[in-house]
Amino acid sequence: MNQAVDNKLTTSDFSSDQEVRWCPGCGDYAILKAIQKLMPELDRPKESQVFISGIGCSSRFPYYMDTFGFHTIHGRAPAVATGVKLANPDLDVWVITGDGDALSIGGNHTMHALRRNVDLNILLFNNEIYGLTKGQYSPTSKVGTRSPSTPEGSVDRPLSPCAIALGSGAPFVARSIDTEMKHLSEVVKQAHAHNGASFVEILQNCPIYNDGIFEQVKDKKVAPDFRVEAEHGQPLLFGKEKNKGIRLNRDTLSLEVVELGANAQLEDVLVHDQTNLILAQLLAAMQGPEFPIAVGILYHKPVTAYVTDLATQRLQLREKRGGGDLSSLLHSGHTWEVK
Amino acid sequence: MSAETVEHVETTGSPDKTEAQIVESIVVRFAGDSGDGMQLTGANFTDDTALYGNDLSTFPDFPAEIRAPAGSTFGVSAFQIYFGSEDITTSGDAVDVLVAMNPAALITNLNEVVPGGLIIADSGAFNEKNLNKANYKSNPLEDGSLDAYRVLEVDISSQVIAAVEEFDLGHKNALRCKNMWTLGLVLWLFERDKQGTVENLQKKFASKPDIANANIAALNAGHAFGETAELPSGIEVYKVPRAKVEPGVYRDINGTTGLAWGLIAGGQLANLDILFASYPITPASSLLHTLAAKKEFDVTTFQAEDEIAAVCAAVGASFAGSLGITSSAGPGIALKKEAISLAVSAELPLVVINTQRGGPSTGLPTKTEQSDLLQAVYGRHGDTPLPVIATSSPSDCFEAAIEAVRLATKYMTPVMLLSDGYIANASEPWLIPDFKEFSPFPVEFRTDPEGFNPSLRDPQTLARVWAKPGTAGLEHRIGGIEKSFETGNISYDPDNHQRMTDTRREKIEGISKDIPLQEVNLGITSGKMAVVGWGSTFGAIHQAVKTCRLENLDVSHIHIRHIWPFPRNLEELLSGFDKVMVPEMNTGQLVKMLRSEFLIDAHGLNKVSGQPFKIGEIANAIKAELANNS
Repeated sequence: MNQAVDNKLTTSDFSSDQEVRWCPGCGDYAILKAIQKLMPELDRPKESQVFISGIGCSSRFPYYMDTFGFHTIHGRAPAVATGVKLANPDLDVWVITGDGDALSIGGNHTMHALRRNVDLNILLFNNEIYGLTKGQYSPTSKVGTRSPSTPEGSVDRPLSPCAIALGSGAPFVARSIDTEMKHLSEVVKQAHAHNGASFVEILQNCPIYNDGIFEQVKDKKVAPDFRVEAEHGQPLLFGKEKNKGIRLNRDTLSLEVVELGANAQLEDVLVHDQTNLILAQLLAAMQGPEFPIAVGILYHKPVTAYVTDLATQRLQLREKRGGGDLSSLLHSGHTWEVK
Repeated sequence: MSAETVEHVETTGSPDKTEAQIVESIVVRFAGDSGDGMQLTGANFTDDTALYGNDLSTFPDFPAEIRAPAGSTFGVSAFQIYFGSEDITTSGDAVDVLVAMNPAALITNLNEVVPGGLIIADSGAFNEKNLNKANYKSNPLEDGSLDAYRVLEVDISSQVIAAVEEFDLGHKNALRCKNMWTLGLVLWLFERDKQGTVENLQKKFASKPDIANANIAALNAGHAFGETAELPSGIEVYKVPRAKVEPGVYRDINGTTGLAWGLIAGGQLANLDILFASYPITPASSLLHTLAAKKEFDVTTFQAEDEIAAVCAAVGASFAGSLGITSSAGPGIALKKEAISLAVSAELPLVVINTQRGGPSTGLPTKTEQSDLLQAVYGRHGDTPLPVIATSSPSDCFEAAIEAVRLATKYMTPVMLLSDGYIANASEPWLIPDFKEFSPFPVEFRTDPEGFNPSLRDPQTLARVWAKPGTAGLEHRIGGIEKSFETGNISYDPDNHQRMTDTRREKIEGISKDIPLQEVNLGITSGKMAVVGWGSTFGAIHQAVKTCRLENLDVSHIHIRHIWPFPRNLEELLSGFDKVMVPEMNTGQLVKMLRSEFLIDAHGLNKVSGQPFKIGEIANAIKAELANNS
């Protein structure tokens, strides 16, 4: 299905003539840049790229890509995208969504697109806030988030997008950061290469309503202590000196942070295995301040994609029954002739 | 395919021990426990009746409970067939022959039986336990309460056990052949050939020959019982002369099958693959099942996680160049509205089928109603016009579905296609059309990048251009935000919104030039009274108007398929009548539209009991209304 492209495309081939209208400093700019830059590297025809979005700041994304795009309705992008993929499995279908769009109003569709393993690349821009409707707290906002709808601070507990994705049966789950172009680009490239549903949570800064919420994991000076890179086959080490690690406490079946040389050796540190669902769930759930945030590909286990299975089923059936003939269908079963 | 030839010659198998009574038409209802197999019995009797050469119409009436307790009144399942020598368009008003397999079936159906009607009852099932469950204080077969009827009581249970003894099925399984024994008796009663049923049983139980043979033995025994037993006086064979029907090859069709096949046909005529996306809901699910079993055609079915996902997947498929279709009943349609409006705004084709049921909310899921008309025409946010068409009978469904596909693809718009629980489940003979005679309406996708933008329109139809993803050079974005008339890019310009709103309205109004003029279905084009209907009331209105016209009343029947936009001559046509009466299974929805669109003094005749109109109800209303003025 992956045809090579004759004329090399460039980044500018993927930027549309529409003026980008996000607030100055919005993390979405960086993500847009990263995706536009990545596109030529995917070596796929431009016309095979389709971006589907719901509603929210992030959902404006398709307008700025010079590809096929459909800005749909709040929460429903995964469902629309499923229809696109079912109609034409040769297309690369991207879903651009946010924490409110994908996990609140559209939670059901996100869950089922992942469970079914529809071959979609879902990019969730998580800024832990409703931006477009002017700053209400979202299902990923931390407890105590003050917003126009929670003036005394929110009391309901947030959910973790990656944990939800893993719980829904997603075969590819990753986390990255808006301004880490190289990292983001590599993760999204892997997501695209995965045949089936892929889910990438992108921590994204909203400079207007939730500024600095991810500062610790983004700030070059402190970030090494607050995030851990999950690399398949590599020990889960972090810290400026790579002297801290993640260890499994076998008594409590939970993770803990250890310091090499102080209370642990290198061999005590967990080695990341992206095919291990339990490990992925533990990593996805890690939160500050006790834990670093895990980024990278948390889980990746190839399974056949939904649309592929459907096509196989149809092919087998047609081999048995042959193609359909409408006139025969109309005359099938019991008929009688009146003369 | 098995085509048989019905020769219109006298049958010779008519028993001569009793004088046959000749009737023009008759209504038979089979009623029993959900587990008694009444639907199967009815379906076989229907086949044998069609083969005999009567016109007919059937309606199954089953309980909402999946497995109701045996013998309970709410677990009664019934199947009604109306057949005769004239054109039959409803499943009948009152019941002439009731087959009651237990007391619950009798008590829940007795009030439908005409005085003097025949009741066939399994006396073996009228025991104390069953009588109690049906709330009978005494046995109606013994206490004289059925004196107004002719009663044929047979201990069917014992008869069956004796008939299938040799197959060694055990008591419980032997009793399961009761329905076939009863069918045998009823086939004898109406001089129907039992060979069709024998073949059906052999096919159905091909892998269990013992069960097939036991059922056939029961069928034969029931038939023989009729022939040989000394039946009470007044119970004799009915003779229902064959109907004069148009020559051709016929089959039985219900509304669900008609719609499913019509959608497949529409897809072929439009040269499009179909994505049928749906979520289970009564009474619409059977459409999903029917299409899911047809993967050899270019139809993909998708059972979505909810109603909203179903319509959204259909919209996505249309964006990608297939035809998206979704289907539901009233409550599910309500959930789909936001996405339907998206398809109106994005100007993508979409077919939405509403198999209406009793509302509001969960309402009466297994009963029929027409109360979603205003929801279909007006029930969306924003100014969101779209075409609405209504199918009027099981045999009309095939063409109605094709018409929905034609309009959706030609005008790049969602189309609402209304059916209902009655049409979905009722069946009637259908003169199988020659599919080669349907004119194709192939979709032309845009392929030329030169001068392309997504807002281009056909100057005649005002339909937006359809450019599917995967076509080089046509990359573009669409969405739910208002778009510039000129470029298709986002536009918040006030004048542009006015222009786009006007364009969307004109596009749909223009469809009135592309649909047939409204015809008078029965009667003349002006006069004292027009009875105007839509949807499944067709049969009852047709018969009622026919009856009244035979009595020299000046009344005509007009049945509207295109509800929005209306046929362009409808206003003029209706203005030629002194009175306009609109029978509907709702509290008055089409009548409201006719009054507001045409400023005519139309009156409603309304019924919302979950049951179709009876012919008599409409005929009486016509007579009362006409008497009113004379």
